[in-house]
Amino acid sequence: MGALPGNREEQPLRIRHPAFRMDVMFTQSFGTAFELIATLDAQLFAIVGLSLQVSVIAVAVAAVIGLPLGAFVAVFDFRGRSAAIALLNTLMGLPPVVVGLIVYLMLSRAGPLGPFGLLFTPTAMVIAQSILVLPIIAALTRQTVADLYGEYTEQLQSLGVGPVRAIPTLLWDGRYSLLTAILAGFGRAIAEVGAVLIVGGNINHVTRVMTTTIALETSKGNLAIALGLGIILLALALAVNAGALFVQGVAQRVEGG
Amino acid sequence: MSKLALVIDKPFEEQSKTAPHDSILPLVLDGVCFDINGHRLLDRISLTLCHGVRTVLLGPNGAGKSLLLRLCHGLLQPTTGRIQWSDNDSRRLHKKQAMVFQRPVLLRRSVAANVAYALAVKGVSNDRRRPMVARALEEVGLAQLARRPARVLSSGEQQRLALARAWALEPEVLFLDEPTANLDPGATRLIEETINAFHRQGTKIVLVTHDLGQARRHADEIVFLHRGRLVERSMAAAFFKRPRSDEAKAFLAGELLD
Repeated sequence: MGALPGNREEQPLRIRHPAFRMDVMFTQSFGTAFELIATLDAQLFAIVGLSLQVSVIAVAVAAVIGLPLGAFVAVFDFRGRSAAIALLNTLMGLPPVVVGLIVYLMLSRAGPLGPFGLLFTPTAMVIAQSILVLPIIAALTRQTVADLYGEYTEQLQSLGVGPVRAIPTLLWDGRYSLLTAILAGFGRAIAEVGAVLIVGGNINHVTRVMTTTIALETSKGNLAIALGLGIILLALALAVNAGALFVQGVAQRVEGG
Repeated sequence: MSKLALVIDKPFEEQSKTAPHDSILPLVLDGVCFDINGHRLLDRISLTLCHGVRTVLLGPNGAGKSLLLRLCHGLLQPTTGRIQWSDNDSRRLHKKQAMVFQRPVLLRRSVAANVAYALAVKGVSNDRRRPMVARALEEVGLAQLARRPARVLSSGEQQRLALARAWALEPEVLFLDEPTANLDPGATRLIEETINAFHRQGTKIVLVTHDLGQARRHADEIVFLHRGRLVERSMAAAFFKRPRSDEAKAFLAGELLD
């Protein structure tokens, strides 16, 4: 098990094999999965690396827009505000394939952003994931900031702090809770397959990430590799969330909530 | 209304001789009413607050004391009636007032950063903030805790920090809404010492309390409210010696007013 098989034809579809046995397959899969991780396969590294790179950038973009956007909706009382909140909450559950399709249409050669030639590049995947993550970060930020503003509003008013000035204040004071919002976005981005598959195309060495590889290898019957990647994906998500919980726990002890 | 008018005397305007030339006082309330959902919570309050006199808004719970304080400070707008400072510039008005709430609202930052934030909002430049923060924390005895996160302080210390924040702002008028309601006697004493220090600095004190002892210790004049009405306004000594309204008599006698 040196490298991930890149060529579809070389691999028999074991799942259709007449001698296919569930119990044997699972044992083998787990064995291969841990072997993959233990040997730090170079190609596996590249795939995990690209996954992280795309998702981290997408979350960063979404946070830069989503944090102030959510805070704005929380602090300003404008016409259509309830509708905006309902919309944000609904968009949290955007189906990735729909987002993928829309971004695909935008970026395809005939689309409005076609001339940029972004389709089937990591940039296209970042765009799609940013769109998926933005409503999550914005909606959770709105909730956090609205709660905080409820507590602060009289004091801020007394100090002469208007809503515009209140936004950075509230975002900073809500920093530990907002970390959760950003993590929720990251969880969504890193685990999502539909959008990146459509706009990235799952091209080997170019746009192949963990989730698309899992989908591909599963369909090819390479369950061991698929499962290995699945375990890595889970471990990453677990590590990130544990880290966040730790930060929040420390913050609560040190800062008094 | 005529009976009420009789017990409200007006010798207080005379006391504002020492006011600074750019004073925002006196504050004049004229027929101020405040309604919520059709309920009249404050009814035709007319009142003048002058420089140099410590005003205590006294009355049982639900009398409308805190509401009146918020209206004066501009946190709420009256339903009808007029609230008029002697200055019309809203930015200047903001800068010359501070308020300390019953439950201190502190930012999730360090003790020093809480004071510095208020100064930054007021437009004090970065390098001038540091000594002002230090002086304010010194004044309330929190200098040693400057780097501590504000939210881990005890409630007494939190309230002192709220006072330090107000102190740094050097307000001309300080509104206090039951600042010691949740505190033990030791913490209360420290808070009251700071209130006295404000008074000595020439800050106009407007204090809401239902604690008679505190009212005795801090009042130059008493504004007694009951059920959203201004029932009696007197100099403190006269009020405690011989209240003129039945409600104030009952309140001072420790009876339960409803």
